[in-house]
Amino acid sequence: MNGEVWIGGIGLISAIGNNVAETLESLEKGRSGVADMQFLQSVHRGVFPVAEVKQSNESLAAAAQMSAHLTRTALLSGIAAREAMASAGFRPSAKWKTGFISANTVGGMDKTEEFYRYFMQNPASGRLRDVAHHECGSVTELVAEQLGLTDFVSTVSTACSSSANSIMLAARMIRQGLLDVAVAGGVDALTAFTLNGFNTLMILDREPCRPFDQNRAGLNLGEGAGYVVLMSEKVLEATRTTPLCRLSGWHNATDAYHQTASSPEGTGSYLAMTGALNKAGLQPADIDYINVHGTGTPNNDQSESTALRRVFGDACPQFSSTKAFTGHTLGASGGIEAVLSVLSVQLGLIYPNLRFTTPIEGLGLTPEVAFRKGEQVRHVLSNSFGFGGNCSSLVFSKR
Amino acid sequence: MPTPPPIYLNASASISPYALEETSPPLPYPRLRCIEPDYKDFIDPRMIRRMSRVVKIGTAAAVACLREAGVDMPGAILTGTTYGCLEDTEQFLHKMVAQNEEMLTPTAFIQSTHNTIGAQIALLLQCHAYNNTYAHRAFSFEHALLDAVLLLREKEAPNALVGGLDEITDVLYCVLSRFDLYKPAADHATADASEGTIAGEGAAFFLLSPEKTPATTAQLLDVATFYKPENMPERVAVFLQKNNLAASDIDLLLWGKNGDSRYDGLYDAVAEHALPSIPAAGFKQLCGEYPTAAAFATWLAVQILSGKTIPKGLLPNTGVLPKKILIYNHFYNIHHSLILLGGP
Repeated sequence: MNGEVWIGGIGLISAIGNNVAETLESLEKGRSGVADMQFLQSVHRGVFPVAEVKQSNESLAAAAQMSAHLTRTALLSGIAAREAMASAGFRPSAKWKTGFISANTVGGMDKTEEFYRYFMQNPASGRLRDVAHHECGSVTELVAEQLGLTDFVSTVSTACSSSANSIMLAARMIRQGLLDVAVAGGVDALTAFTLNGFNTLMILDREPCRPFDQNRAGLNLGEGAGYVVLMSEKVLEATRTTPLCRLSGWHNATDAYHQTASSPEGTGSYLAMTGALNKAGLQPADIDYINVHGTGTPNNDQSESTALRRVFGDACPQFSSTKAFTGHTLGASGGIEAVLSVLSVQLGLIYPNLRFTTPIEGLGLTPEVAFRKGEQVRHVLSNSFGFGGNCSSLVFSKR
Repeated sequence: MPTPPPIYLNASASISPYALEETSPPLPYPRLRCIEPDYKDFIDPRMIRRMSRVVKIGTAAAVACLREAGVDMPGAILTGTTYGCLEDTEQFLHKMVAQNEEMLTPTAFIQSTHNTIGAQIALLLQCHAYNNTYAHRAFSFEHALLDAVLLLREKEAPNALVGGLDEITDVLYCVLSRFDLYKPAADHATADASEGTIAGEGAAFFLLSPEKTPATTAQLLDVATFYKPENMPERVAVFLQKNNLAASDIDLLLWGKNGDSRYDGLYDAVAEHALPSIPAAGFKQLCGEYPTAAAFATWLAVQILSGKTIPKGLLPNTGVLPKKILIYNHFYNIHHSLILLGGP
């Protein structure tokens, strides 16, 4: 139950880039991925901006080396997980027990929507191949098989904190010797189902979102995938992998306030952050950057700000929400933001919180607004909070 | 390697198509439905109104389990569900398509996420502890169990509430029928000689703890999952070895035979090669086939191990009550799992 858990590789795809290099360039140049809907079919096109991966399914399929008729969720997942493995220089072998632990919220819903249009008219119609990968776990299996990661295959689904929980499970399994290596993170593709769902909650901004701003008016939905490769000390030594950083802390707690809203006191997020700091053996002052959940909804940002104040008092570290770049990618957000947190530690980067102008009244927290490099970043906290009050935080630390 | 300290099952509760009482109504073939309790006995009536059927089934089973354990506040809540909240998902999808994305209301969407059951239990109990949901097909329940075992070994929680559940809806039954999973309605009597199975559903919850109490009903000795294994009999042998057991130490093999002639032979192969002449019994005649049926099997094993009511004719007539039970389940030869349980 001892030993450090190392991050040996990373991979991601989102509206701001098809890989790590493109993502970093967009972050540095302040290029947001939020735009008019281009690929998703919805009557809300032109009304709600979204953060789409700027590729058709055909072109994603080619990059993923998978079939183009599969759910977009699997294609995005395959691309990011493949990059993560390549970045770690890791190939599955009989020598290491390797897991693929992914996360998503709606599985192959994009294809299920197509199926349902026909099925609704006549229960004998609708192509079965379109509904065959509806289940969350089915998406994970498509990618696990493609990458040869089948020793242990699992899927977490806790709404917007899903990916943070899959990374946590991977770390714990490595520490207890059940796995040597794990590719962990998550994915979600944009679907009409989620877009309409969030619209009924009236938390979609008709403009590009403004996280942590007094005048924030909701979130923009995004899509993508993000994975980290976690390795035990033994694997690191045997494969002579140079780690990017260490996963030093993690914690999962529950707000238990409301099915969708966060408590005004930020109970769940406070517990998640303090728990992760404890696990890492750190004091609040040790944190150099926080990648906040920061969806841009009035409720989340108020609740998270309150929790930040409770944890850090008047000395809140530099923080930003990268969702103004990537949109809220739901089940993928914890994975994408874990990758950005790793890069922050590895390269000394702090990301800007785009479109911020006015601090939230009474809370007075001001996020970073400029891209900064060459910073001293020893420890980064990454927050992911979801529907159902599921709150999780991760801490990434320098070697 | 030394065997890690045991984990105890200190309470269990199940809502399933099967009732312990002998007067229970005949099972409604070909699609088994849960016998539902009066939810007012378990859940705040103000919450019941908004809950979908699977959320009610899950929450009631969770509350019943905690009551049996005499625990007000669990140290963690873990659920495993393959389909999540299908009824709400279907409802929202249906309206979205039918109404061309206009005039939709939020309730069904809000409750459509897979973690709704775990979240509603936490909300009801005001439980701020660790809460996780696994949605990995026929590994969902097993991975919730595994997570709980990890947590207890890490001493992150004094105990953990773990459940596995899935519902069968009209739409799901219709879609899965088109994948040729089920026997024709008239064919159920020839259960073991034809293609297809019978659909089922259910929820079973357990309270796991590293502490043995007077209420302890069983020990959870190990749980393992195997994705499309090439040689399952060998995997079973290695699993037993890892637990310092010989095949003859297993008193009962509780296997997941579902009456589908295309898949049941896999159970025979494991029994023949890894567990020769070990008494075996099935459980899916009681709960039907669904991806988290291993949760029901675990509940049934606990009934047997703790000397509670055992369904008539379930156990082979060996004259002794089993003390070690191995549950072996596979789901269409994709997901194979082993759950090893011992007496209290």
